[in-house]
Amino acid sequence: MKLRSILAALAVAVSGPAFADGHEPTKVGFVYVGPIGDGGWTYEHHQGLLAVEEEFGDKVETMYVENVPEGADAERVMTQMALQGADLIFTTSFGYMDPTINVAAKFPDVKFEHATGFKRADNVSTYSARFYEGRAVQGHIAGKLTQTNKVGYIASFPIPEVIRGINSAYLHAQKVNPDVEFNIIWVFTWFDPTKEADAAKALIDQGADIILQHTDSTAPLAAAEEAGVLGFGQASDMAAFTETSRIGSIIDNWAPYYIERTRAVMDGTWESVDTWDGMDTGMVEMGAMTDKIPADVQAEAEAMMAAIAAGEYHPFTGPINKQDGSVWLAEGEVADDGALAGLSFYIEGVTGDIPN
Amino acid sequence: MIALEKRPNPSAFWGYLTPLLAVVATMIAGGLMFAALGKDPFQSLKLIFWDPIFGEFAFYYRGQLLIKAGPLILIAIGLSLGFRAGIWNIGAEGQYVMGAIFGAAVGLALYPAETRWIFPLMVVFGAIGGFVWAMIPAILKTKFNTNEILVSLLLVYVAEQFLAKMAFGALRNPDGQGFPGSRNLAQWSSSSNSEIIAGTGIHYGVVAATIAVLLAAILLSRHRIGFDIRIMGVAPKAAAFSGVNPQRMVFFCLGISGALAGLAGLFEVTGPSGQITDSFNVGYGFTAIIVAFLGRLNPIGILFAGLLIGLTYIGGDAAQAGIGLPGAAIQAFQGMLLFFLLAFDLLTQFRIRWARATA
Repeated sequence: MKLRSILAALAVAVSGPAFADGHEPTKVGFVYVGPIGDGGWTYEHHQGLLAVEEEFGDKVETMYVENVPEGADAERVMTQMALQGADLIFTTSFGYMDPTINVAAKFPDVKFEHATGFKRADNVSTYSARFYEGRAVQGHIAGKLTQTNKVGYIASFPIPEVIRGINSAYLHAQKVNPDVEFNIIWVFTWFDPTKEADAAKALIDQGADIILQHTDSTAPLAAAEEAGVLGFGQASDMAAFTETSRIGSIIDNWAPYYIERTRAVMDGTWESVDTWDGMDTGMVEMGAMTDKIPADVQAEAEAMMAAIAAGEYHPFTGPINKQDGSVWLAEGEVADDGALAGLSFYIEGVTGDIPN
Repeated sequence: MIALEKRPNPSAFWGYLTPLLAVVATMIAGGLMFAALGKDPFQSLKLIFWDPIFGEFAFYYRGQLLIKAGPLILIAIGLSLGFRAGIWNIGAEGQYVMGAIFGAAVGLALYPAETRWIFPLMVVFGAIGGFVWAMIPAILKTKFNTNEILVSLLLVYVAEQFLAKMAFGALRNPDGQGFPGSRNLAQWSSSSNSEIIAGTGIHYGVVAATIAVLLAAILLSRHRIGFDIRIMGVAPKAAAFSGVNPQRMVFFCLGISGALAGLAGLFEVTGPSGQITDSFNVGYGFTAIIVAFLGRLNPIGILFAGLLIGLTYIGGDAAQAGIGLPGAAIQAFQGMLLFFLLAFDLLTQFRIRWARATA
């Protein structure tokens, strides 16, 4: 018994730096679905981690694990972080939803934040970004710029988030260019440079001169560069292609949210919330536009961004019909968040079927 | 110039020792790599190999080790039988996926009935799913003499497409708000493959893996089929003379390995994973090939090899979170293990001659 208590005391003594007042640094864990060098989704989450470190210095300790498969492995990695004393854990992929809920139930004192899901608990918050706001601006630019009237769209999975993006981009392209067509290829992956490049090439062969992507690698921009067509950075700025194919980008800026939530844990004010932020808080940002976009189109895009950020314009404002021609939103009607969250149909004019 | 010359009598002693040598060499080379990355090599290796079993949180990791090693061992046992007979099933990953889909589909068709017969029924269909998928290369090989390596491997990608189709279509959770993925089978009592003893990580798949190890050991050492398998691998002609039917052997080896891979998939989808999703398979079927060879195609060897490989996954993740080792370094580390194993194997089978280049 005595030996045991000595060991226990020893364990406490060596278990890491503590402040003079006995206050331990707040430990924040991040679970990533891809590598931090993917240049897109995971890269931006990791930028958020670095911002947290920068903001709080030695008051925080961060940890992360890359390439965590969704399922049993995710559950183990989260449990391991909780055991190692994490106070707050960000799980940054939709597929981590059930594992997050399971682990959170076992560690009621640890706070969890799950990206892009819909299941919450007393110690589980969810957060996501209104990427469709950026898609509206992209669609506008694509509609104005396309010469062939064909826009290629590389879609990942037929989930509401992706379908919202397609609808938003098409709606705004079609507003400025009634002849525009969207060719959509589903690649069923978030990150697979080979498949993404193949999809981009196929779209270019079909005549698309602007490629939009809802996948995370820079491969589509590289394919566009090779073929001399245009595209946008996705999730991250992808500035390496600024001289050639990249004419703008949608950037997920998680840093302010991660800093705010870490501070809430430090202050003891953390509560379970459902956050869905957009251009208003800066969670969705647009990267710098290049000269390939004419000045007047740039000005229109800027104006649209300002209106969205100010809450004056909602990308899904009626009249909008569903693909089958039935009415979805009447004149002036704005889609509510519940309908958007579960969106599972194309709007009128988008061709093809959503795979199921 | 370097030339390789086959050793007339490769040493059996070194044959058994190469896996251990490969592990030691991996630790040395891996340690150097970790040091080059600016991490303490000893601490890194301790985090990967020691802490999960004996460290502060071993109570949790030991169970996780069984969860990780269970499917690897179950699949590798099946593969090893074929590998010994010279029948190369490289597509266990696909059979694993199909087993999970078959079993899950049968279970979900009966949802939400509450009866204890559902889980055993799903287990049977899990085995059938893997078996059926493995029969495709078996039939093509015996009827048309196609190469089972290519056919079984390519069927993995077919199975993955089918998996995505199921996760987004027929098996999608009707209450899932349009999101992909089936109902959670681990949370439905009729289909749940939960831990038999709480906190130990032992679920029915781990039990099945243990039984498979024992049965394979008995089969190989005491049974006629085991003898036939061994002789067919070493001397196919002699096997034919002694009455072994090579076609039946193809069906037997692919069938067993497919069924075991299917079982592994079923136990995973009803337990640790819980759901049919598009990302359900994480490579157990491929990693099991490494496990089979690391274990010298010997059932007991495979048991230890499965635990060791499982440990590198669990310890690897722990080292990432603990001291910030990059994920890619862990993958390189695992790759070194296979590299050194193959290299030492080569040196056991061949000797190197330094010959003068002739112009």
